[in-house]
Amino acid sequence: MGHERTTSERQPKAARVSLTGITKRFGPVSVLEDVDFNLLAGEIHVLAGENGAGKSTLIKILAGVHTDFDGHIEIDGMPVRPRTPLEADALGIAVIHQELSLVGPMTVADNLFLGRMKSAAGMVCRHQQEDEARGWLNRLGVNIDVCRPVEQFPIATRQCIEIAKALSRQAKALVMDEPTSALSEPEVERLFEMIDQVTAQGCGVIYITHKMEEIDRIADRITVLRDGHRVGTAPAEELPKSKLIQWMVGRTVEDQYVRGSSHAGTRRLLLDQVSVHRRGGGRHAVVNNISMEVGRGEVVGLGGLRGSGAGELLLGLFGGVGEVRGRIELDNEPYCASTPRQAIERGIALLTNDRKGTGLVPPMSITANITLASLRQFTRFGWRRKVLERRSAQQAASSLKVQAASLNMPVKALSGGNQQKVAIAKWLQTEPRLLLLDEPTRGVDVAAKQEIYQLIEQWTASGISILLITSEMPELLALSDRIVVLHRGAITAKFSRGEATAQKILSAAMGS
Amino acid sequence: MKQPNSTYSPLAALNTPAGRALIALAIVIVFGVLFNAEGAFFKPGTHRDAFRQASVYGILACGMTLVIITAGIDLAVGSVLALSAVCCAKMAIHWQWSPWLVICATVLVGAGSGWVSGGVTARLGVQPFIATLAMMVFARGLAKYFSGGMKVSTAVQQPDGTYEYVDVPDLFRMIDTRVFGGNVSVVTLIFLGCVAVAYVMLAYHRWGRELYAIGGNEEAARLSGVPVALSKTLAYVASGAFAGIAGICQAAQEQQGDPEAGTGYELIAIAMVVIGGTNLMGGRGGMGLTLLGVMTIGYLEKILSINAVPEAARLMLTGVIIIAAVLTQRRGRT
Repeated sequence: MGHERTTSERQPKAARVSLTGITKRFGPVSVLEDVDFNLLAGEIHVLAGENGAGKSTLIKILAGVHTDFDGHIEIDGMPVRPRTPLEADALGIAVIHQELSLVGPMTVADNLFLGRMKSAAGMVCRHQQEDEARGWLNRLGVNIDVCRPVEQFPIATRQCIEIAKALSRQAKALVMDEPTSALSEPEVERLFEMIDQVTAQGCGVIYITHKMEEIDRIADRITVLRDGHRVGTAPAEELPKSKLIQWMVGRTVEDQYVRGSSHAGTRRLLLDQVSVHRRGGGRHAVVNNISMEVGRGEVVGLGGLRGSGAGELLLGLFGGVGEVRGRIELDNEPYCASTPRQAIERGIALLTNDRKGTGLVPPMSITANITLASLRQFTRFGWRRKVLERRSAQQAASSLKVQAASLNMPVKALSGGNQQKVAIAKWLQTEPRLLLLDEPTRGVDVAAKQEIYQLIEQWTASGISILLITSEMPELLALSDRIVVLHRGAITAKFSRGEATAQKILSAAMGS
Repeated sequence: MKQPNSTYSPLAALNTPAGRALIALAIVIVFGVLFNAEGAFFKPGTHRDAFRQASVYGILACGMTLVIITAGIDLAVGSVLALSAVCCAKMAIHWQWSPWLVICATVLVGAGSGWVSGGVTARLGVQPFIATLAMMVFARGLAKYFSGGMKVSTAVQQPDGTYEYVDVPDLFRMIDTRVFGGNVSVVTLIFLGCVAVAYVMLAYHRWGRELYAIGGNEEAARLSGVPVALSKTLAYVASGAFAGIAGICQAAQEQQGDPEAGTGYELIAIAMVVIGGTNLMGGRGGMGLTLLGVMTIGYLEKILSINAVPEAARLMLTGVIIIAAVLTQRRGRT
């Protein structure tokens, strides 16, 4: 399959979509700062950057999800400002997410014409719709029964249907956010052929991926974002791999936290050929044959981009998801947890990466949240010992410097940093020996971040072991004694503290 | 640091769920004072009856509160009440069991029904609405099966086909009476006892805390080691047990077990919980609020009935007031 494009194909063409001076803040945190981006007709424009660089935010602005931003959007030279995803759709922006936006029980044809049905005298012209749907799919080289419900087709086919839908709506820009994560190799080939079809019709494609190999293969131009800024845009052939990674990580090393010396001691956790499968036995293991060790008082950082499987590994260890196979030892005793309760009893704690979704119970009080995982300590025959509970929560809150008017406040009234401290306090109450930290500083202000770093230092000094996931490269480098890098569920590299550099980690995380 | 307009000001205290539930109750009572039906509202008997008539619904509302706090719903309570009433009447009238045995067995029947719908919800993952809807239909069928489709009354059919009237069992007499100089009905005391039990469990027991956690964020609760399936199932078991108690009260007051009893009671119980301010989304609310909700609806019904408002208007008015009360609660939350 030829993807080499001659220069004549890339004559200066009209910009289909251009974004200028885009700035977006969430509260005090600015996620995009004065970003320019333009998409030409018929090009494949890869948007690259680390986790949290601002790629999704930029897409969401274009797709009408975020509407309170500064800057200008033009589509085919016309200034626009999509206020809802529906408006963006009408303007010709088609976004293909990992979670597809098709209506499962409806037929392929109905999905293609959703919201703009062909009708005569109020009646839907089914045959006309089906013929046209078949026509669009045939152009992409897809031959399926358009009268069957969408949910009966595999994900790869559903993606084709999404693309056909975008084409049939005369989309000007097609946004694809990691479209290949659920596809097999031949399916990826088909997808790339289809993308060629799309660009041949003059539609521009914005393609987000964490896979170096894909960037190599399909990119016409590449724009790199880092920490909400645009680092640069360049034609693919002018941006070799090393330079691309340089662009993605190259930040100043000043004002970085540096941890003291390592406290690593004897072995605490051993993973031997551990795999994690989704419950119900999905096709692939999300984590594949991982072998590693964590010592007492050691911080092992798990590096990896989205879809690396690191989060699933932590959840699997905690008994929170799926089925774990392989040999695990905790302090030289065999370990296996099928529920979080069992993991907690064995001294494991999991700080999840989503405080509101999985970490805290927002309407409950600070006290109730702090004692939730260790309620048995605070009850006698099931009756809560309120005084003991309150005192203990007070102690925990003050030692972590939780700032709140009262511990009876619901946690949802707290700031992000204080919420995170409450979540941490909850786990410290269970007296863990192994802490699984998934993005411990996400959405936390700078001061609270420093406090969390110091806590990690204290914990390791007292012998608690830590498995750490963080999408912030400097944090990963600063906190970890050792770094294990995952790509698509498998280990691609292991580094000691001295060897690790941002470039090496990123290139291993992208599977090269 | 006391700030003048923070939690300490009386106005702010009224802007809590409890404060708003109190306002709703106060408004209803003010209406009672204004439309007092020539002084009827001021007679102690009126208040006694308001409470007595709300008690059976109120007992159901206790269990409903526990279930709603877990973000669930129990539509089966009305049917389980009928099933319990039939069983209770059968045991007390036909088989002449001793009162305590009848009470225990009936509560077990209710708890058993709750255990089934709770298990279907918590273990098999069927939505509470569907699981308890199925139990609502099933329990009604079971009640009709046990009673042979007829009321189980003191007219007992003899082997030769004739009917003989037996005495009203002691249990029924005990419950359908008044104490404290005729000023309080026994069913009201039973209702208050149920409120106390549910209150203590929610406020002082680990299980109560777990129910709030499950309703507030089930995934976080699970990842914090809360036995989600067990705690949730127990909420439905408790709701069923309370429906069993309500069934005993109903049977005692009617002196019979009617398989058609309790139709629509689940909706009144839900309305009472919601007017109190317990959120159907789960994780918020409590027994104190439900007590206020029960009193609000109880008084409303009584005031409308002493003023001889026709039933058609009464139903329409009740519907309007439920919406008004819930809208007030919602405004406060945002």
